[in-house]
Amino acid sequence: MTAPFYVSPEQLMKDRADYARKGIARGRSLVATVYEGGVLLCAENPSRTLRKISEIYDRIAFAGVGKYNEFDQLRIAGVRAADLKGFSFSREDVDARTLANQYAQMLGQVFTHEMKPMEVEILVAEVARGASGDAPAAVDQLFHIRYDGTLVDQTDFAVLGGEAEAISERLGSSWTAGMDLGGALTVAAGALAGEERTLAPAELEVAVLDRSAPRRCFRRVEDDEVGALLGSA
Amino acid sequence: MVLPTFQPGDDPGPDFASLARRVGAVAPHPGGTGPSFEVTHGTTCVAVRFADGVVMAGDRRATSGNLISHRHIEKVFPADRHSGVAIAGAAGPAVEMVRLFQLQLEHYEKVEGSPLSLEGKANQLSQMVRNHLPAAMQGFVVVPIFAGFDTARGTGRLYQYDATGGRYEELDFASTGSGSLQASTVVKLGYRPGAGRDETVDLVLRALFEAADEDSATGGPDLIRNIFPVVATITAEGFARVDDAELRARFETIVDGLQWERGGVEGGGVA
Repeated sequence: MTAPFYVSPEQLMKDRADYARKGIARGRSLVATVYEGGVLLCAENPSRTLRKISEIYDRIAFAGVGKYNEFDQLRIAGVRAADLKGFSFSREDVDARTLANQYAQMLGQVFTHEMKPMEVEILVAEVARGASGDAPAAVDQLFHIRYDGTLVDQTDFAVLGGEAEAISERLGSSWTAGMDLGGALTVAAGALAGEERTLAPAELEVAVLDRSAPRRCFRRVEDDEVGALLGSA
Repeated sequence: MVLPTFQPGDDPGPDFASLARRVGAVAPHPGGTGPSFEVTHGTTCVAVRFADGVVMAGDRRATSGNLISHRHIEKVFPADRHSGVAIAGAAGPAVEMVRLFQLQLEHYEKVEGSPLSLEGKANQLSQMVRNHLPAAMQGFVVVPIFAGFDTARGTGRLYQYDATGGRYEELDFASTGSGSLQASTVVKLGYRPGAGRDETVDLVLRALFEAADEDSATGGPDLIRNIFPVVATITAEGFARVDDAELRARFETIVDGLQWERGGVEGGGVA
């Protein structure tokens, strides 16, 4: 008779975390940073059809790294949650914090209860409204959610992916508050590439949440513009 | 509230209306035999094709029987960046339909990553009008016009509907509402293929003016309260409202012309 085999909870969680981390590390990384005109999202992604960055709502964007089918499923769930909330209440009531919490709940639930954790890291970014009348400008928010449901909020920049630590360090050393779009993109692309290589516009997927837009702030920055912005700074 | 997720075989896809029904965000149709009160459907909306796209316009009056219930309701809405929708019929269901339609297009675009074709949008609206048929049978009729700039073909296009969801593409102009007969006659007489923006805006204003002159449920320009019809152009650059200052100036020109043409005699008679 074989002995029933025992795995300690610590070991079980560690194995799952390692599994998820390995899956995430296979893909390429992504950077989100606040700049003067809003929020910039920049990913290393040679595909023009399978996107890592996309629109969720008027002032909210989504970005994911890791396994494409898994974060795309999360993206669609987010669009649905946001559109339903905006339809039931008002467009103003849709915010990134609620959505980030919902994502964290779901990822945490999957991590502890399902066979396999999701091999993804996602980001929910919200661009604040500019100052109007007496109301001061609010702060842009970046919610970074990990495979196990850990939720971190940042107001300057966020890095997702396997090489997050190294990229964060590079980005931290060159990042300054209030950069223009060209400056922010140059810093972001530089941090993603590292010292040994440079990334061409075709290898980057770039989008912004433009604070000055009247309603839907999300805009993709196409290759020509990326080239011009990288050249100008 | 939890994130709405579905099993692969059970997924509503990019269809917001079906998603909203699934999670109970839209009230089901009440059924029954209809209201004992009369639902009136007074309005005039027109859409006219011009060289760069389409001009859409609608008056601002809402009526309940012989009372004016609202003086500045809006009946022309952007559906998305390159299309617009104008409504005639029972105000409540019509506005609700527009809201759902706008969201349907936006939801599709976000989930799929690319917008629907203009034809696809027109068909979506057709389905919504069709789904509304039970309520229409009870008197809550909604009859929209859909118009937009077809970015694939580089031209403006117009669609007219009936209460059963029938969808009819029109070549030059479309109209809906109780004053549509008068308005479409004016447009028909003044329409010139390839006309420019200014000429077409003047034409739709004249059409609404004449409709308001004959139909009590259609509101004319209100120079005292500064209320003017909603007029919008839809071109390659997108949906744009024509501002009130421009509408006032154009109406003043129209009214001056009419005074000179028709005159009028002392004591209120007609010359």
